[in-house]
Amino acid sequence: MEVLIVGALLALALLSQPQLPAETVVLLPGPDGRVGTVIIERSTGRTVLNEPYASSRAAGARETQAGALSEQQVRSEFGNVLAALPARVVEPPAPSRAEGETQARAQTEQQPAAPPARPVSFLLYFGRGQDELTEESKTLWQRVLEELRARPQSDIVVIGHTDRVGAAVANDELSLQRAERVKADLVAQGIVAERIRAAGRGEREPLVPTADGVEEPRNRRVEVSVR
Amino acid sequence: MRWIVASLSLVFAAGAYANDIGQVKTAKGTAHIEREGKLLPVAAGMQVRQADTLVTGRDGAVGITFLDNCLVSTGPNSTLVLEKYRFDSTTHAGEFDASLKRGSLAVISGKMVKQSPDAMRIRTPSSILGVRGTEFVVKVD
Repeated sequence: MEVLIVGALLALALLSQPQLPAETVVLLPGPDGRVGTVIIERSTGRTVLNEPYASSRAAGARETQAGALSEQQVRSEFGNVLAALPARVVEPPAPSRAEGETQARAQTEQQPAAPPARPVSFLLYFGRGQDELTEESKTLWQRVLEELRARPQSDIVVIGHTDRVGAAVANDELSLQRAERVKADLVAQGIVAERIRAAGRGEREPLVPTADGVEEPRNRRVEVSVR
Repeated sequence: MRWIVASLSLVFAAGAYANDIGQVKTAKGTAHIEREGKLLPVAAGMQVRQADTLVTGRDGAVGITFLDNCLVSTGPNSTLVLEKYRFDSTTHAGEFDASLKRGSLAVISGKMVKQSPDAMRIRTPSSILGVRGTEFVVKVD
């Protein structure tokens, strides 16, 4: 009898939401092999995915299958949507150069070629407390311009940073000032302003971590990303 | 009066630009964006905005890069609503709510999730996905 009632209730529960479709969620490892976490909240409870290729299939709110899928399964079920992902935007890694040395550098992403041009980012360095480029960075400037002109469809993100000399608020301002200066220079060279976004990160994201108040030329920089 | 009209249009122009939250990087097959009751065909280079609904056809697929470097793509026969997107490029604080009504979605989370792990949520018809990073796929069928 009890079984019947439970069965009837279950049938009723399923019938009351016949419109809910089936779904599949799969967590994927990043290019470095690391995985994050996705938490799935359903009316029937929560499922945490935190292993490579961990998956959860559900019919409506009811989980029907869990466990890791194979890479091939993911490719056959999700190949078309994964192929449409834009190229990854890679942030430049911290330089491993001797203290105090300023160097103009350009990083290109290490991913296999995708049809849209790969994002590329450049680091331009500044003198202490100013928005004037160092001599080395002035030579890199021409390469940045060439890259931007070669890719008229791309959008450009210009992010300013400072070292940890001075107050954090003043550094927010200085970092934005550096980014705006680079943006203005790009516009002066004929790059359309609407393509460029300028932002200042202040002293939050040093390339070389230091104590507060420490002068560090490698942290006085603007990152120009062409996406 | 003329001055008011001029400054108003300036405000709107600036506002329109500030509303852009990402850019279409890949576009294949039939796809359009529903925005304020209009249907706009999707092409690479197009800017997307909060409240846009992205719809792909049987042969469609679209990839978008958002302001915080978050990457999102939809496969064929998909409907994705970009409900809410906010990103502070100085602090990296933000919020990203999207709803996948049908079809498939791939996500590589960006700077805002790195900064605050609760920032991004994807809704499907039967669940809410809290994205603590970084890469995953979802299919609703």
